[in-house]
Amino acid sequence: MTLSVHRVTGVNRLAGPLLVMHHVPRVMLGEEVFVTGQDGRARHGRVLDVSADLVVVQVYEGTGGLDLRATAVELTGGPFRLGVSEAMLGRVMDGRGTPVDGGPPVTPLRTIDVNGRAINPAARANPADFIETGISAIDLLDSLVRGQKLPIFTGAGLPADALAARIATGARLLGSERFATVFAAMGITRRESDAFLDAFASSGALDRLALFLNLADDPVIERLLAPRCALTLAEHLALDRGMDVLVVMTDITAYGEALRELSTAREEIPGRRGYPGYLYTDLATLFERAGRVLERPGSLTVMPIVTMPDDDITHPIPDLTGYITEGQIVLSRELHARGIFPPIDALPCLSRLMNAGIGEGKTRAEHRVVADQLYALYARGRELRRLIAVIGEAALSAGERRLLAFADRFETELIAQGARRRSIDDTFAVAWQLLSRLPRDELTRLPEELLDAHWRPPEAAP
Amino acid sequence: MSARPAGPGAGPGSDTSPGTGLGGEGEARAPGTVVQAGGPVVRAGGLTAPSMGEVVRIGTQRLLGEVIRLDGEVATIQVYEETSGLRVGDPVVQTGAPLRAWLGPGLLGATLDGLQRPLDALADAGTWALGPGLEAPPLDPTRRWHFVPVRGPGETVGPGDQLGTVAEHGLEHRILVPPGVGPGRLGPIDERDATLAEPVAALETATGTELLHLAHAWPVRVPRPARRLPAEAPLVTGIRVIDMLFPVARGGVAVIPGGFGTGKTVVEQSLARASDADVVVYVGCGERGNEMADLLASFRELVDPRTGAPLLHRTVLIANTSNMPVAAREASIELGITVAEYFRDQGYDVALLADSTSRWAEALREIGGRLEELPGEEGFPAYLASRLAAFYERAGQVTTAAGPARRGSITVVGAVSPPGGDFSEPVTQASLRLAGTFWALDTELAHARHFPAIGWLRSYSLYVERLGAWYREAVGEEWETLRTQALELLARERQLLDVVELVGVDALPPEDRVSLEAARLVREAFLQQHAYDPVDAARPLGVQLAMLRAVLAGHRAMLAALHRGASVDEATADPAVRELARIRSWPGEGIVERLEALAGRLGGAA
Repeated sequence: MTLSVHRVTGVNRLAGPLLVMHHVPRVMLGEEVFVTGQDGRARHGRVLDVSADLVVVQVYEGTGGLDLRATAVELTGGPFRLGVSEAMLGRVMDGRGTPVDGGPPVTPLRTIDVNGRAINPAARANPADFIETGISAIDLLDSLVRGQKLPIFTGAGLPADALAARIATGARLLGSERFATVFAAMGITRRESDAFLDAFASSGALDRLALFLNLADDPVIERLLAPRCALTLAEHLALDRGMDVLVVMTDITAYGEALRELSTAREEIPGRRGYPGYLYTDLATLFERAGRVLERPGSLTVMPIVTMPDDDITHPIPDLTGYITEGQIVLSRELHARGIFPPIDALPCLSRLMNAGIGEGKTRAEHRVVADQLYALYARGRELRRLIAVIGEAALSAGERRLLAFADRFETELIAQGARRRSIDDTFAVAWQLLSRLPRDELTRLPEELLDAHWRPPEAAP
Repeated sequence: MSARPAGPGAGPGSDTSPGTGLGGEGEARAPGTVVQAGGPVVRAGGLTAPSMGEVVRIGTQRLLGEVIRLDGEVATIQVYEETSGLRVGDPVVQTGAPLRAWLGPGLLGATLDGLQRPLDALADAGTWALGPGLEAPPLDPTRRWHFVPVRGPGETVGPGDQLGTVAEHGLEHRILVPPGVGPGRLGPIDERDATLAEPVAALETATGTELLHLAHAWPVRVPRPARRLPAEAPLVTGIRVIDMLFPVARGGVAVIPGGFGTGKTVVEQSLARASDADVVVYVGCGERGNEMADLLASFRELVDPRTGAPLLHRTVLIANTSNMPVAAREASIELGITVAEYFRDQGYDVALLADSTSRWAEALREIGGRLEELPGEEGFPAYLASRLAAFYERAGQVTTAAGPARRGSITVVGAVSPPGGDFSEPVTQASLRLAGTFWALDTELAHARHFPAIGWLRSYSLYVERLGAWYREAVGEEWETLRTQALELLARERQLLDVVELVGVDALPPEDRVSLEAARLVREAFLQQHAYDPVDAARPLGVQLAMLRAVLAGHRAMLAALHRGASVDEATADPAVRELARIRSWPGEGIVERLEALAGRLGGAA
């Protein structure tokens, strides 16, 4: 490790977030640099490309106000490292980990390269511990487990942040005392970040929350750093300190746009919709940091929030996110308009790790079949709802009308829960009420013994 | 850490065992230097007669790279590890060899990355995070294997001939003369315990004495020589929609495209669990780490019904997760197929399951972009189709001319992840031209929790005709007839549903309403199959056929009831028809007899 720091004055090219210097010996790829202009303001940068006569640097705060002659670049001799410590819980930091809450500086326990290192797949512990979020649609239909990466796909104006705050403050892990949340804001408004803070303040959990804020009016390229700082602290808390950590990252779409801006400035060949071809790999280096490691107690669960531009789930950012993450929670504008909270559209939702986290001894033995049965009935009800728009309800058989009514109740009684928190037992009680309104032999996915135990038709109405 | 080669391509060309000391790797030549670095592509100058495909070591961390372009003095290198920290002027050391896989005992049950680093051994040694410059022997160098020769001194053997065997997890690991070595006369060859570094035989050839070891290296981008045979039997998977409707031949190619959440990985993992291959090579290419952990954990516990041993013992796992360096993703696919060829050459039926080939193609695109190559469709390089073809064409059923005669096969099942679930994209389209079986995953089916979400209207198998004789022999004459009936019924359902959308179900004649009900039974009682169901996850072919027969008998029974004057509701309410809805949950014991009895009751109603 070399400590020789050197300084260069005068650069050759400034363009967007990029700064190009000629003839700088011994620069390291990925090295952190400080850039100071005539205005005396220090900016931060990272070396993107080195060759015998050229060095390309991305400047997180942008190159505005810099000039070619007087700009000084200071080389630090290594990559950006974040100082981490448990004392960062309860603090608010900017996108590079500097406290901005007026409190004292944080004394780091150690410093870590924010890019992290891939977890050896053979050293991963299989995520299998149910997290009770208190949200029926998630707990029953698409359960979250410790170490999972489960995004919320939302649309502009839908309450994804409120849902994430509910999950972060309401989540219960059987037997875990050491639960913490790390929040990375990328390009969201102050109003949104304040709402998240308020949710924690009102649940009295502020001392278990660390915030890394890169708000809408903060430097764009710094959005690439904020989630990495958040994940680096989370990894420290989870793997070094044995805590169960939930990382909420919002908004991945703003992050993707920052990446596209940088890629365009580098004149790279664009992929779909102008996003760079390595968008998948780049997002994976964030989301894949979720997990658990064998013989270490903690866990890192990641919940990214993705705003689907124009509610389009095939847009590259939600699309690639879905290919990396272990499922998705999808919000629906239609349910939101009907006043249903949380407005979760169950059909496109999925939790890939659910099977490992549910069942006998974890939730309920019948969890899987009940979820499958509800899904199958709701899917048919939704299909019929589409159909009656064309042919009218009168053309339906009695059985089909029952399914239609089931789909409505599914949304208003099971999905909708307003401000209430539901335990997994409460959720199952609601689910069996719903199922009991259907004739027993239509519940073909449920074994007879289960129906004997739980299927209780309401008193026949006169 | 040992001074042995750290992975394919690590050793010079003369090195014949991963257990031998490496000594003077590249020291004969003065190192070149890095002249430019940015992302996974590095340019180097001052190399001594570098060749395309040559493996080099870069910088103080000895990052593994491969020469992919030569332009005068400058060599362009794709680097398989994270390049942050490189500086202009860092040394670049040549190894003189292409990227190679080490093939020998110790592969079965192993978990490797795309560069054949043993992730399981590293994890056991406490390495939970992977960083650049990590070196570890691909195969355990200290373990002794009990070698039993099948040939004797003085016998003449040539490339591919079997020398002897080593027992590995109950599989007879056949030690062959490596392709390209010999022919020659064997020197002393004894039953003995040997590490991979110790020769087990010597071969006197025209050009001198070759020492033969239990393991050898093979360049991953070069197909191992073999003589092709036409396909004749299916890979039996236990999955009804595959085995009964859209089978894949042993030695064939199936592709399985689907948007996220449609169940590509679940199908691939089901095949790894239940298919009747001797050896499974599972390549997790650019996918999720937790999935690999899940596979690894479950395969340690699940028992192979044919051998009674853990499933892991017939499996080679290659894990290059999405956050691991992108260039190594490309290597992982080539490493996987090379390992598959090695077991094929021993006379085994191998299933190579690649999840996902799209991530591999994206790695090609990313490297192509860094090279500023002119992009083809959607930014993919123009050579995408030929690279995919070179990979898929390494599948096949083969016979070895060498002794004793052996028949082996590689069946490749490639998952494809089309952006937005749109099958018109280049990787899906190029793959379809190369595949004999197409399992089209359907987002709508997945949302309705119909799994496996293989859409019956778009999927196809070009092997059906060729496999007909095998099915007639193995499961009976009816397979082709029942298969056709089921597909016709499902196609009819689609037409009828289009009509229902316009006029409602009441407007249909009773026969058509009964057909809708029968098609629903085919879908729900036959096609759906829960991958984690303790009894239904995989069914023997005989059971599958009996289920299909019973369900179709249900259709005939309902039609017969109509002819007797029953209403649609009465026809569908027949208790025997209702019973069909639950056959998936019937336990395996005696199920064929139960299904036959049920089909008899349904037929009896006719």
